[in-house]
Amino acid sequence: MPKLVSHPDEVKIISRRFGMGATDIDRYIELGGYESAKKALAEGSEWIINEMKASGLRGRGGAGFPTGLKWSFVPKQSAKPKYVLVNGDESEPGTCKDHLIFLHDPHSVIEGTIIAGLAIGSKMGFIYLRGEYRYLIQIMEKAVADAYAKGYLGTNIFGSETEFQVVVQTGAGAYEVGEESALMESLEGKRGVPRIKPPFPAVVGLYGGPTVINNAETIAAVPHILAMGGPAYAAVGSERNGGTRLFGLSGHVNNPGIYELPMGYNLHKMIYEVGGGIRGGRKLKAVVPGGSSTPVLLPNEIENLGMDFDQVGKAGSMLGSGAVVVIDDQTCIVEFALRTISFYAHESCGWCIPCREGTDWLKKSLTRFHAGFGTIKDIDNIQYLAENMMGRTFCPLGDAAAMPTLGFVKKFRKEFEDHLDGKSCPYAKHLEVALV
Amino acid sequence: MTTESMSIFSPQLAAKFDALVQKYPLKRSALIPMLLYSQDEIGYLSDAVIDEVAERIGITPLDVRNVASYYSMLRFKPVGKYNVQVCTNISCMLRGAYDLFEHLEEKLGIGHKGVTADGLFSLEEVECIGVCCWAPAIQVNYDFHDDLTNDKVDAVLDTYRAKDKGESANA
Repeated sequence: MPKLVSHPDEVKIISRRFGMGATDIDRYIELGGYESAKKALAEGSEWIINEMKASGLRGRGGAGFPTGLKWSFVPKQSAKPKYVLVNGDESEPGTCKDHLIFLHDPHSVIEGTIIAGLAIGSKMGFIYLRGEYRYLIQIMEKAVADAYAKGYLGTNIFGSETEFQVVVQTGAGAYEVGEESALMESLEGKRGVPRIKPPFPAVVGLYGGPTVINNAETIAAVPHILAMGGPAYAAVGSERNGGTRLFGLSGHVNNPGIYELPMGYNLHKMIYEVGGGIRGGRKLKAVVPGGSSTPVLLPNEIENLGMDFDQVGKAGSMLGSGAVVVIDDQTCIVEFALRTISFYAHESCGWCIPCREGTDWLKKSLTRFHAGFGTIKDIDNIQYLAENMMGRTFCPLGDAAAMPTLGFVKKFRKEFEDHLDGKSCPYAKHLEVALV
Repeated sequence: MTTESMSIFSPQLAAKFDALVQKYPLKRSALIPMLLYSQDEIGYLSDAVIDEVAERIGITPLDVRNVASYYSMLRFKPVGKYNVQVCTNISCMLRGAYDLFEHLEEKLGIGHKGVTADGLFSLEEVECIGVCCWAPAIQVNYDFHDDLTNDKVDAVLDTYRAKDKGESANA
């Protein structure tokens, strides 16, 4: 069972009900649950969208697009039904925040989905969870059934004669399905291959109807935002980055876990104070700040780095999914880069050639390189290949594979050179053996 | 196909599928959940499973195979009763996942995608399973086991062995 952690610097908004038995609908209501949905029903669409805009909430899946703005793009009138789609396909390596939301506070996701539906004038929402999360799907299904029994979902929600239906959907193993248009394909019973954009989902989405797609963490934040008011939520975060985020600390920290911290929280402090520093008293070598697709940062780059979309962007990386992977000085970066690219090669759907071929060639080059058979030219080739994948695919998977690779090669060129000419890897292959 | 006698699935699962196809604006949306639930009951996507699912959705078996082959959790061959899936992605790797995997290979005497002679266990190296902050982690069928060491994983295997014994004693 995932362990809950806590730190005094945390500002618990989304995680407020974690560990408090809120999977039970009555307990959830006792803790203030479903009040925001009722308020949203009373106040109407324009009010909801204005509160969301004022909150400064930006998409927690990784792109950081302002949620209120996204909702406002959905046309008011539509011949086809409109849909809300919650993305709980959570598959970016390092990321496990939604896992805790589904486990501890499933009703917050349902309530957020209802509110999103009211905002855009939709009668149906889908909550899509990755297939591996079977026990969480069961929790979500029970929560949905309980909400129907209370009359919070159905044809007459909260006695308002408004209709809203929710369906929980299981995936069956595919990283690519986390991309919004691939997610819609999967939900329509097809291979998870992305669609060409435009048209964007807000205009033509699921079943051809206008669709809003939000990450599960984004949706879970919605009821809290309406409860505390958009401006109050915005005030918790940093400039143009409203609220808090569920940061996931993993890798070589003493206290890994999910911590809810204000947007803009200092990364150095996050690792050394919240995370308790590097395991075994070792030194920090590098940090992957927002899931495996985000370019690596060096220790000197994180000293004054605030963890929000804009500041991490300025530092040459991305906030992504907020999954901070900490790497100590005994780790081989070439091996780390190889493991990262192997993942993307495995998950590439194969539609766009630069991604399908590029990930595979990078994997092959890095495999040979790590084994000590690389040449100096290979380093430039790896960089050349990665650069030529950037921006040349229909969905962001190609970039997601190329960006971290470029980061590793550019920032750790010396370490790549240390592997040249038949030299074996200068680092212990297995960290645990050296540690314990 | 709604009559139980014609179905290869249990009456409970057949009833679940009858309801499932009604849930969506388009029947086909039930395809992926249906394949996964079929696999849970039958063990893998046999020809008979694919044929019945195709008929229930109203598409061709070839179309079903085309979709199924995309998803990593769906399989066309049986695995062990307990399928041990070891995540070796970055967060787990940094905390010793490859040691754990090698330890399991040794303990079970099988490699990646292998099945033990008694059919009790199969072993698989998998991509990220979303347990990164509690790494290293494995998933046995659908059950997660996190924060593992070699000793802890031995104890996990023992619980499944005991579970199997209990089930055969009751059978």
